[in-house]
Amino acid sequence: MKKTSRRDFLKLAGATGAGLLACGTGNALANEGLQVNNDELGMLYDATKCVGCKACMSACKRVNSDYGSLSYEKAKFDEDGLWDAPSDLSGSTRTLIKLFKESEKRWSYVKYSCMHCQKPSCVSVCPVSAMTKEKVSGIVDYNKNTCIGCRYCQIACPYNIPKFQWEKAVPQIVKCDLCKATNLREKGITACAETCPAGAIKFGKRKDLLEEAHQRLKDAPDKYVAHVYGEHEGGGTNHLYLASMPFNKLGLPEIKPEAPAEFSEKIQHTIYKGFIAPVALYSTLCFIAVKNMKKHQGHDDDHKKGGK
Amino acid sequence: MGHSEEYQKLEGKIFTKSFFILLSIVLLGFYFVGVRYVKGIGAVSNMSDGYPWGIWITYDVATGTAIACGGYAVAILVYIRNRMQYHPMIRSAILTSMFGYGLAGFSVMVDLGRPWNAYNFFIPSKWQANSAMFEVALCVMAYSTVLILEFLPAILTSIEKSKWDRMNAIRNWLHPKIAPDKKTMEDKLEMVRLGAAWLNPRLNKVLIFFIVLGITLPTMHQSSLGSLLLIASTKLHPLWHTGFLPLLFLLNCVFIGYSIAILESIISSYSFKRPYEIEELSGLAGLIPFVTVIWLTVVIGDLSYRGQIHAALKGDFYSGWFMTEFLLVACGSLILFVKKCRRSARWLFISASMIVLGGALYRFNVYLIGFNPGQGWKYFPSFAEVMITVGIVALEILGYKVFVALFPVLPNMDLHGAHKKKGHAKKHKGGAAEKLPQTEAHAH
Ligand code: SF4
Ligand code: SF4
Ligand code: SF4
Repeated sequence: MKKTSRRDFLKLAGATGAGLLACGTGNALANEGLQVNNDELGMLYDATKCVGCKACMSACKRVNSDYGSLSYEKAKFDEDGLWDAPSDLSGSTRTLIKLFKESEKRWSYVKYSCMHCQKPSCVSVCPVSAMTKEKVSGIVDYNKNTCIGCRYCQIACPYNIPKFQWEKAVPQIVKCDLCKATNLREKGITACAETCPAGAIKFGKRKDLLEEAHQRLKDAPDKYVAHVYGEHEGGGTNHLYLASMPFNKLGLPEIKPEAPAEFSEKIQHTIYKGFIAPVALYSTLCFIAVKNMKKHQGHDDDHKKGGK
Repeated sequence: MGHSEEYQKLEGKIFTKSFFILLSIVLLGFYFVGVRYVKGIGAVSNMSDGYPWGIWITYDVATGTAIACGGYAVAILVYIRNRMQYHPMIRSAILTSMFGYGLAGFSVMVDLGRPWNAYNFFIPSKWQANSAMFEVALCVMAYSTVLILEFLPAILTSIEKSKWDRMNAIRNWLHPKIAPDKKTMEDKLEMVRLGAAWLNPRLNKVLIFFIVLGITLPTMHQSSLGSLLLIASTKLHPLWHTGFLPLLFLLNCVFIGYSIAILESIISSYSFKRPYEIEELSGLAGLIPFVTVIWLTVVIGDLSYRGQIHAALKGDFYSGWFMTEFLLVACGSLILFVKKCRRSARWLFISASMIVLGGALYRFNVYLIGFNPGQGWKYFPSFAEVMITVGIVALEILGYKVFVALFPVLPNMDLHGAHKKKGHAKKHKGGAAEKLPQTEAHAH
């Protein structure tokens, strides 16, 4: 009796294990699921054109301040509090310009904000659908009225984009939403792209932006690193980059072409497909447990009869 | 043989010195919880946008629920592997699980930035089935309910038997002003007692289906706790980021669960001055190596499959933590392969501690130590953050101590040890239990 039950147990453990094994190896196969939609909205940032005036940053705060409570940030050196001087993206800053200096002669500006991924990790992990991706525009949007503040989106985003308001009793997540409810609705263009005096930010559909980017690479191959950052990174992003310096030096992470969310969802789906595995597990266990209880009851009665 | 006689209450006082020490730790922790709600999470913790999950998630939720898996592990043993002789251990294991999960839920409420929106978990249109966290949250809530149901017979039994001494004492103390007079109170209490007597046998009949649910749910959410980090493919060190995370977390909670059941029994025997349950413990201990060996094999096999063995042996920060975790589990299990050690309370204690530590460290490695969001981010928990966690653990121990004194939880010593062989018939309860409480109910 004991032996069979041990075997049952191991069989069971083996079955779950095998299921997981299958999806572990299945993942090495091609990454079929993801369809890139080039009609979505996005931006092309050309670091070689950017003059670092930060007009885009202040435009962002001006336009979106009510919506995302984007307060002005005081830097440590700025005792008088005269400038808005955020040092990184934060609970009050959705977009940021940074300067990377490799040497006295080689440097580049770079703009940070949400990449609006084709297959966003933040949307994939949010347990209550507070992060969503709009079907047509492809905008990755955040709804503070639904968000529970679990910060899983922060863990998941490979670009470290969503920021949390740590210092507030009623906090929220802050990240770029392409001015969806503000400038985009009113004027059909994001505030940063509208404001940029140097033409470093181009707003439009992803396919037009890609075309333009490749054209620029072709026209001036010496000027650029021959790569459009975001074309394939993490399954593709709608925010695209051109630069004269390697992108990882500009603080943009190297990310494989597979979307991280594809990997995790595939495993999660294999385990929970149609809820078959959990239900099967439950019924099998019930069967075994009830049988065991019966057996014992039988035993019990035998003992009693024997005793009497 | 009755259901209830398998267990007994712990005799003795509740309000001891250790009670008040624990209580003050709890209060300190709760003070910081108060600060957190008034001033924001940033005011009490060192978490940041790079490390949005600190020790509250890593310890209280990811590790704490594994440590609370004693109930799960023992239930598998008793009901699935059909080892009814371990049945006496189940109530204390379930009690620990109940506190572990309940307080994990509590600390999630402390950790969540916008907890008032948590009701969205119950709104189907908001469900997001792709999210491992959604799965974890629903399962943990369901499992906590199941744990309460599983523990309910202990409470019902003691209500049925209660003479309401304590209640009456409180009433007498309160009486002149607010408490109801003796007669109405007695009538009301009698109603409660009859209600309990009515419910108990009925609950016992269906209890097995809840118990099995209590095995299914942890299987699901413990593996999903591993799935949570699958998405962090660019941030989690390759020593730990693997498609096997769900399986490793599942196995991990099983061996932690058995080890913790051993530790818990040894510690409570020691501190309540009861004899050690060596017979049961050595049997339990014999199971652990089976699970750890599978776990260790998957870890090594997976590392070599992904070509990461060199990273494990590199000798840097990450490999150091990896080796510590790995060796703790491996050496702890090695001890348990020796039969003599399995029969010694001391060695059982040492090896089970090593396995729990190693298993817990694995979860820390995945959630915090091996997690690197990029340059410039650092995390080390703040004093207040640690105190909140310590306060929660203190509350768990406090609750356990109070409950074992109020309800029949610990194995009955008279039944135990002395007549092992004959005890066999006495100890099954599945069938007998259904009959007995009914006769009792008739008697009233
Ligand atoms: S960059 Fe991060 S926050 Fe933005 S869509 Fe992608 S995963 Fe989400
Ligand atoms: S913090 Fe909010 S938006 Fe981010 S995953 Fe959690 S619920 Fe979703
Ligand atoms: S407004 Fe244009 S030029 Fe000025 S910092 Fe922003 S992107 Fe660069």
